[in-house]
Amino acid sequence: MHDVVQYIQSYLESNQTPGAAGNFFWATVYILLVFVGLSIAVIAMNWLERKILAHMQVRLGPMRVGPHGLLQPIADALKLLLKEDIIPAEADKVVFWVAPFIVVLAAFTVFVVVPFGPTHAITDMNIGILFMLGVSSLSVLGIVTAGWASNSHYPLIGALRSSAQMVSYEVAMGLAVVSVILMTSLNEASTGTLSMIGIVQAQQAQQQWFVFKFFPLGLIGFFIFAVAMVAETNRAPFDLPEAESELTAGFHTEYSGFRWSLFFLAEYSAMIAVSSIAVTLWLGGWLRPFPNALQGPTWDLVFSLIPGLTFLFLAGMAFYSTLRMPKHPLFRVQTIGLAGFGALLGVIGLILFIPGVRLRVQDIFWFSAKVAAFMYLYIWYRGTFPRYRFDQLMKVGWKVLLPTGLALLILTALVAMRGELLADVRGVWRP
Amino acid sequence: MTDPRSLSPLDLETPDQTFLDANELVINMGPQHPATHGVLRVILRLDGEKVMGLECVIGYLHRGVEKIAENRTYTMFNPYVDRMDYVAAVSNALGYCEAVEKLLSVEAPPRAQYIRVILTELNRMASHQLWLGTHALDIGAITPLFYTFRDREEILKIFEKYCGARLTTHAFRIGGLQYEAYEGFEKDVRDFVSFVKPKIDEYEELLTTNRIWLERTKGVGVISGKDCIALGVTGPVLRASGVQWDLRKAQPYANYKNFDFEIPTGQNGDTYDRYIVRIMEMRQSLRIIEQAVEGIPEGPIMAKVPKVMKPPVGEVYHSIEAPKGELGYFIVSDGSTQPYRVRVRPPSFVNLQALELMCRGQLVADVIAVIGTLDIVLGEVDR
Repeated sequence: MHDVVQYIQSYLESNQTPGAAGNFFWATVYILLVFVGLSIAVIAMNWLERKILAHMQVRLGPMRVGPHGLLQPIADALKLLLKEDIIPAEADKVVFWVAPFIVVLAAFTVFVVVPFGPTHAITDMNIGILFMLGVSSLSVLGIVTAGWASNSHYPLIGALRSSAQMVSYEVAMGLAVVSVILMTSLNEASTGTLSMIGIVQAQQAQQQWFVFKFFPLGLIGFFIFAVAMVAETNRAPFDLPEAESELTAGFHTEYSGFRWSLFFLAEYSAMIAVSSIAVTLWLGGWLRPFPNALQGPTWDLVFSLIPGLTFLFLAGMAFYSTLRMPKHPLFRVQTIGLAGFGALLGVIGLILFIPGVRLRVQDIFWFSAKVAAFMYLYIWYRGTFPRYRFDQLMKVGWKVLLPTGLALLILTALVAMRGELLADVRGVWRP
Repeated sequence: MTDPRSLSPLDLETPDQTFLDANELVINMGPQHPATHGVLRVILRLDGEKVMGLECVIGYLHRGVEKIAENRTYTMFNPYVDRMDYVAAVSNALGYCEAVEKLLSVEAPPRAQYIRVILTELNRMASHQLWLGTHALDIGAITPLFYTFRDREEILKIFEKYCGARLTTHAFRIGGLQYEAYEGFEKDVRDFVSFVKPKIDEYEELLTTNRIWLERTKGVGVISGKDCIALGVTGPVLRASGVQWDLRKAQPYANYKNFDFEIPTGQNGDTYDRYIVRIMEMRQSLRIIEQAVEGIPEGPIMAKVPKVMKPPVGEVYHSIEAPKGELGYFIVSDGSTQPYRVRVRPPSFVNLQALELMCRGQLVADVIAVIGTLDIVLGEVDR
């Protein structure tokens, strides 16, 4: 028992990620935690998307299954599992079977390097961002095979659209990422880094999030990435591969039941993955907001209390909704359930006030909060924008984002190297 | 622009020359498809995403309405017309009732005329709102649908209070109205007008200057006024191509000549202009409703029509400006209680002819936009 406690303590004092430390046990625990957390996030996202979209569209959204439809995602998951799993007779069965797994694998594997905190990552690779971009672009393979294996016209067109779209937007995305990597090299040793943790630490060291670096260059890079990432994940207004009104359901038209839900799962985890890239590269990853303007131990304490307060606020909302539930006996179970949910949130909030937990968890909280802001943006886009047409989508990618990205890269390099450049010029003029 | 009459029927056997000599793709869109507005089936011949040709297959909702008419009395057929363009049932009934009235040489009393105009214009509004919501949904904007349906609900509530039905209203009778306007009808209509005016601005806020909406609709599905006339296309589609033709002005029926309103027209004949024309038409409808509701006279609501209608031998063609275009009824009477022949000239059916002309050379996504912008109702296309 003593050994176990000591083991855990030794971990708590470690300042390395389990993967980097070569600690298999903690790495496995982390993998499980990330997997569970991601699944919960996808479920929560499912509910939130429906609710937020519904409220944008003057309706209530799910209200029947559980209080305020809280159990709706679970009911949906059950429905999907129980549905008949159809493989079309003309489909290439093996490929049809493999395709959703490729997509899910690609979407989940990227989380290996996502830094939720300075030590809260499964591992820290020196090529972290490259790994993320590389693996996440593998999902296009799954989509193309899914469309091809279905042996049907709509999925085929959907797959073609999606491959063209993802490939072209990756170029602009890559250029924006490179400009950030240039920014990380602005230190005394002039060494940049591709490591996800290293990128955040560079922002910490330079006391500036890269979105504000070399204003407006960082902002432009962030904007390019923010547009490209929506296209990359096939979400509105770039949801052409699954454009419902044109291609029924695009590449997953022929999929049903569990296999379909794998695509769904992959889509949402891909959204979370690209949002985490954006957060890590431009928005300071796990760093708390206003690190410069509001610094000092007092502000550190105030900011470390925010996670707990947030959960208490959510708990308060749940209790307020409990009061507003209809008083009819039929709603008793739902009311109790909602109160229980509120209590759960409240307990989590209270746990987050414990100093030891507070200090360990606030990184994860800030990271998740920033990612959640992106998730909200995704929903907002979906509620607001019509869909681009295919040629217009390509035009935006190749004729707008790509040249802007190239110009951005050159400008960033020039600005980053301005000291040396000026020195060289002076050297030529005054020999 | 190619002459629509020179287009050959779709040849599915011999492929055209395509880009890079790739194989053409023939895909079948509908009759079960989320964006064909019912059971329209479109066979598309594609070169990649480009539409090389298309062919409409209709008739999946054919109920033989015109044939049914020959076995029903004039009064009994009245509810059937509601089921043609079911989103604008009141307009259908207006056209039919007025055609039979013309045959009988009677005219509805002024009070009935005013209430007819109010209900018909409300229905035009409802039809345009439904069109806007579904059209925007086809182009990928999901939110306008809920806004327009929320506001359309208020119109349906007025219908429900007036005649008990929301969609297939059967609001009018040959010779006038069956029901007197309920108490508070005028107030409800006035409330609705003041309620919906800012809502139209709301729809416009979401779409009119939206960059993506502009890119998706400007220059898409262009049709010239000449082609429209050649194909018999009427309604907002014709007006968006710059032809100022509205039967409410051109050959006034009911008592439209008493009202002051404008005919909005476009210039380019593209999907965006059709959108703008319909938005402006909604505003004009409100203008008509406002004037009509102020001027409802007192008096009877039914003209003297016989219980058993036996119109004199003869024929009549009467057309009105339905929300989708010219809706005409051609009725032949042989002097008996049942019409010898009823022929309906449905705007959706005729406008659908323009689909191929508007879609050739465009992309798949534009086909959806064009089907939406033509504002077809398959109940009316197939009858």
